[in-house]
Amino acid sequence: MKTLLIAEYREGKLLDSYTELIAFSEKLGAQASMFVVGSREQLPAFAGRLYLADVKAATEFNPAVHKQLICEVAAKEQPQMIVLPHSSYGWDLAPRLALALKAAQVSEIVDVRDGQLVVPVCNGKLQRQVDVQTELTVATLQAGAFPLKEAPAGTPEIIDLAVTGSSDLTFSGYEAAAAGEVDLGKARVIVSAGRGIGKPENLEMIKGLAKALKGEYAASRPVVDAGWADHSRQVGTTGQTVAPKLYVACGISGAIQHLAGMKKSDFVVAINSDKDAPIGEVADVLAVADLKQLVPALTEKLQA
Amino acid sequence: MKKLLVCIKQVPDMESRFKVNTDGTWYEETDLAWRMNEYDEYAVEQAVQLKEQLGEAELTVLCIGPDRVKETIKKALAMGADRGVHMTDNESHLRDPLAIASMIADFARQQDFELIFTGMQSQDRGSAQVGVLVAELLGIPALTTLVEFAYDQGTITAKRELEGGSRALVSCSTPALVTCQLGLNRPRYPTLPNIMKAKKKELASLPVTDLKLPPAQLKTAAMAPPPKRGSARILEGDTGDVAAQLAAVIKEKM
Ligand SMILES: Cc1cc2nc3c(=O)[nH]c(=O)nc-3n(C[C@H](O)[C@H](O)[C@H](O)COP(=O)(O)OP(=O)(O)OC[C@H]3O[C@@H](n4cnc5c(N)ncnc54)[C@H](O)[C@@H]3O)c2cc1C
Ligand SMILES: Nc1ncnc2c1ncn2[C@@H]1O[C@H](COP(=O)(O)O)[C@@H](O)[C@H]1O
Repeated sequence: MKTLLIAEYREGKLLDSYTELIAFSEKLGAQASMFVVGSREQLPAFAGRLYLADVKAATEFNPAVHKQLICEVAAKEQPQMIVLPHSSYGWDLAPRLALALKAAQVSEIVDVRDGQLVVPVCNGKLQRQVDVQTELTVATLQAGAFPLKEAPAGTPEIIDLAVTGSSDLTFSGYEAAAAGEVDLGKARVIVSAGRGIGKPENLEMIKGLAKALKGEYAASRPVVDAGWADHSRQVGTTGQTVAPKLYVACGISGAIQHLAGMKKSDFVVAINSDKDAPIGEVADVLAVADLKQLVPALTEKLQA
Repeated sequence: MKKLLVCIKQVPDMESRFKVNTDGTWYEETDLAWRMNEYDEYAVEQAVQLKEQLGEAELTVLCIGPDRVKETIKKALAMGADRGVHMTDNESHLRDPLAIASMIADFARQQDFELIFTGMQSQDRGSAQVGVLVAELLGIPALTTLVEFAYDQGTITAKRELEGGSRALVSCSTPALVTCQLGLNRPRYPTLPNIMKAKKKELASLPVTDLKLPPAQLKTAAMAPPPKRGSARILEGDTGDVAAQLAAVIKEKM
């Protein structure tokens, strides 16, 4: 089997996610080539053919042009699978490639089982094993699902691509995440509030527990989106990545984008009324309870 | 008058307890509470805000699925959409994103929509494909994963959310499609008067039988709960007891 790996390049840097593409391809026992819109100053450690389109000509975010370039490479390489990270770059580009190349797309792959691709359903509460009917598959990989065991090695054989084509959208740069009120990276203890708190007033009890534990309070995305907490307190892929000694998740279901930001914590306590909540996968202790009762009771016990 | 379209999906409440159905292809649909896909609430809100901005505009809401999805269409009507279209399809849960996108594109093709709104992904299927595919099938630009959106005289200026919370600044001209990310706006709650008004709005049903659907690209070989990796110690029962046990565990760890 042959794979074509689409590495991601952003703000002048090659992203590490390319190593996960390699790990996945190795797991399939496939022979890989790679494509990146980037520059010679930042090359992946990879022993294989690397198709390189200069970022100055193709620009970092330009789906129409990237699609066209990848289609050209696919015509030469004839892969059975084109693999991208399931990231803002990958999930934007993948359906465009799949349609152009008459391929099926399998999104957010977490595993390979019986030679078939496995994807999450319903917030990871179920998994679906997929049987692909087309000759070519476009695959996107869930971040972190395929870690590379050793550091990547090798020097690529570079094949430069000429950039042509035009875009139907304009990309005019980046805006950094606003600096916020807190650096959660320094906290030893984090007590985090999820949608399960129900209403903004209940954030007070989360703050109270954080205080009793001499820690910081944090939040999952819905709490931040609702305007109940500052964005700098959001834990997850589009927020902060934290690794405290103790992380207490209150009313947080444990969506993959949240877990990505906190699963390196030393000890995880989850308080959730749903015994099946996916947060149970990473928790050391899961207290099945209504947080509105348990959090104040726990705070009191800790202060005693 | 400008025409706008928003595509919504009905999904189960994610706090439900899911069981695999007997033929192992999807989840068992009995005993589930149904609601609007969370991402699509942001799409509806943005579409309604644009309609309000334009003054004169007609907003159609489209949902493909079995009869129960009408309830979700009614919610979008109560949020401010003008007319509902229900494509009746009892098999929609088994179809590929491309098949769903083809149905939407076929519907949209003759109608000259200035803008199409979708969610960035559905919570149950989570493919994040349908919106982009619709745009590609129609040959219009797609701006995805938006957390900020502005429209002015045929130009969309928007911000795409990236990992780490930074944003990419993008723009394009209409007709176009946008996929909406969580936090794009604050979806409104339908008020009682608006729920009453929505009952009088048009809700048309279309069959899917006469559409030429692409052949299936994916089949479900198996469905199962994820293999248990976690080894969480479960505490349950009386709240006071749980609090005491939890306090002891935490004190020991600190
Ligand atoms: C591209 C992308 C990026 C994202 N980035 C992030 C991110 O950085 N951070 C993030 O958090 N999310 C992120 N998300 C969103 C993520 O997918 C989830 O939607 C989100 O994490 C859910 O937050 P939650 O667990 O608080 O809410 P829900 O999933 O709604 O869970 C609420 C939980 O509370 C429990 N509960 C309800 N009532 C009670 C009660 N009284 N007592 C105890 N428990 C109760 C429920 O059982 C449930 O498990 C992102 C999504 C996407 C697509
Ligand atoms: N059955 C459907 N009916 C109408 N719109 C849908 C349907 N399925 C998906 N969509 C739209 O496509 C988006 C992405 O869905 P998906 O590709 O399944 O993740 C959703 O947020 C909806 O806006």
